Amino acid sequence: MKSDSVLNLSGKNKVLSEVELKKVVTQKEKVVLVGNPNVGKSLFFNYLSGMYVDVSNFPGTTVSISKCNYKNYEIMDTPGIYGVSSFNDEETVARDVILDADRILNVVNSLHLERDLFLTLQLIDMGKKVSVMLNFSDEVKKRNIKIDTKRLSELLGVEVYETSAVKETGFDKLDDAIENARQGKQELDVYFMLQQVMEKNISQSEAMLVLEGDSSTAEKNNVDNGTPDEREKIYIGRRNRVNEIVDQVEHEDSKKGELFNLLGRLSLNPLTGIPILAVVLVILYFFIGDLVSQRIVDFTEGTIGKGIFEYHLKSFVSDYTPADINVNILNDEEEVIDTRIFNFSEGKSANPDLALQFKEYSSQPGAESDFTFLHPIAKLFFGEFGVVTMTTTYLIFLLLPLVLAFYLVMALLEDSGYLPRLATMLDRAFTRIGLNGRAVIPIMLGFGCVTMANITTRILGSNREKTIVTSILQFAIPCSAQLAVIAVLLSGAGVVPLLIFITVIGSVLISLSTILNKILPGESSPLLIDLPVIQIPKMKNVFKKTSFRTIGFMKEAGFWFFVGAFGVGVMEITGLLTIWQDTLAPLVTGWLQLPKEAATAFVMGMVRRDFGAAGLFEIDLTVMQVTVAIITITLFVPCIASFVVMLKERGLKEGLSIWFGTWIVAFLIGGIVSQILI
Amino acid sequence: MNNSTLQNTQKGNSVVVLNLPEGELKSQFIRLGITEGSTVKINERLPGGTVVITKNRQEIAVGSDLAKKIKVIVE
Repeated sequence: MKSDSVLNLSGKNKVLSEVELKKVVTQKEKVVLVGNPNVGKSLFFNYLSGMYVDVSNFPGTTVSISKCNYKNYEIMDTPGIYGVSSFNDEETVARDVILDADRILNVVNSLHLERDLFLTLQLIDMGKKVSVMLNFSDEVKKRNIKIDTKRLSELLGVEVYETSAVKETGFDKLDDAIENARQGKQELDVYFMLQQVMEKNISQSEAMLVLEGDSSTAEKNNVDNGTPDEREKIYIGRRNRVNEIVDQVEHEDSKKGELFNLLGRLSLNPLTGIPILAVVLVILYFFIGDLVSQRIVDFTEGTIGKGIFEYHLKSFVSDYTPADINVNILNDEEEVIDTRIFNFSEGKSANPDLALQFKEYSSQPGAESDFTFLHPIAKLFFGEFGVVTMTTTYLIFLLLPLVLAFYLVMALLEDSGYLPRLATMLDRAFTRIGLNGRAVIPIMLGFGCVTMANITTRILGSNREKTIVTSILQFAIPCSAQLAVIAVLLSGAGVVPLLIFITVIGSVLISLSTILNKILPGESSPLLIDLPVIQIPKMKNVFKKTSFRTIGFMKEAGFWFFVGAFGVGVMEITGLLTIWQDTLAPLVTGWLQLPKEAATAFVMGMVRRDFGAAGLFEIDLTVMQVTVAIITITLFVPCIASFVVMLKERGLKEGLSIWFGTWIVAFLIGGIVSQILI
Repeated sequence: MNNSTLQNTQKGNSVVVLNLPEGELKSQFIRLGITEGSTVKINERLPGGTVVITKNRQEIAVGSDLAKKIKVIVE
């Protein structure tokens, strides 16, 4: 170590002899900043160093060490470590610097005393001269935690200073801290253990490391290092002492904290937790159900996606390929008041006059243009299910705002500490169906987007839980796009259909998961989660999480949306879609007792859930027919994107079983309800 | 002092953890700060048997079936 410092200085002044150098070096005491990662050590160093910092790579490693001169001291910064040992490069470097230090400024995060004091006690056991800097003291006050620094100082036997490095408060005491650094109090048994090693003429610091099994220090001193068992014994002893100290010096007493604690307790117990959940859900409904999925998505999908993006793209494509364009003019009540069909048998550019007429006509307010391309390739990429047109609109203008809103809400619920409590409250109910409380997360997300929820099943502990939740999602959870349509259909129908709907879907959900829980092998994982303190979420964190997850979802699911659209596009061109529609018709009219046109709705439902339900708007249905239709459509297969993502997550066999299962259950249950009601 | 399982404790009890289930669950407990020999407080017992324990201000929820497998001494 010493020779290293000499080398560093020699770089600056090569004329000095080694003897002279040693003098220079020994004149200055070495003060080393030590602390756990992210405790703000560097801020201390920057304050002390002013402008002249010497950053160099530590010999043989890539770990850099900053040095500077401050008054009569040489200050050195070290990498953040949890303890002095040599488990990795950074620790080795920190160990060597610490062994060589004359005085140590130990920077401690006051919010994590239990974690950080372990290192402090180790430094004291090593016999180093230490002063403790309790950083983040302002944060501690904000959170109404009280730390008795005087008592802490007594227990440790060294000086303790409160600081806030960000605001540089307490930095005026830094000189005192360096000056007053001293050896702290040691446990008697550790002291005796040390004596035995120190008899062999080894310094206390090195003796401590030898006892703790540090082989390179032992080798250097030609002694045997301690065994892992001995290290564990010393570590456990130290851990217990840390806990005792923290118990004595840290107190939490606050009115504000109590209110949040009370809220936390209330949200755990079903008696009070369920009303709280109801309030949360109502707020969520207004934010996601009303604001985002109605107003915002109407604008992004309708106005921007279809009105601007698709219109211009399709209009451009129809310049070069044959197209029939049907333009409807709608009034404020969404009724068609005028309609015109433009036929461009050789593309728009071949008929400039008509193209101009089309442009003027379709640019009126309330105009909706419906393009039909005659060329199969144009159809595949730009048609109704076009890989380019539909997928882009769907992904960017419909899903993105929704997914963003859902992840934002989840991050808020998570960071406020509510979500883990909700999972705890619902744990018992979920264990009855072979899950634990954590399953609430993918299921809640499913009401936003089942595809997104399929990916989130990864947080579940075992394979059988993933299977159960994935099945529930595909069978019984209507996504927000579908919920919106169901709400419109139900709005004219009254309360009875709503109750029948909830009862039937709820029973299917419970029976399905109960059966799966019985037949699937293995055991589900139990609930074991920590409940963070209830608090107002840090917005910076929330936004970070939200954007991170949204980008992650778009990356994972985006590609599969294109694959799905391509598949349906091919079916449309080859006429497979029509054949399917015709095959389904008898089942729809005979068994479900719905009009023949409803078959189209079911086929469309395979592509996008809201397509399916929206198809039912056009048809005149009785109240009971509406009930049958929405039950069947909800139980029916997931959308094409969800299907593909499910195959990817759960494998071909399981994915296909679930998919065909939804066919059977949807028509079976829908039919039974129909036979009873109609 | 008497032996019990975590599941059979009363709200407000302080208990010493005697043994934890082996394997991954045990490491999870240690990461959350609970080892065999730790003293924890029973913070809440929910209907259905989910137990919420506290260890140094940190609240931890333990599912009913898991709580049955954890032996404790009630102080």
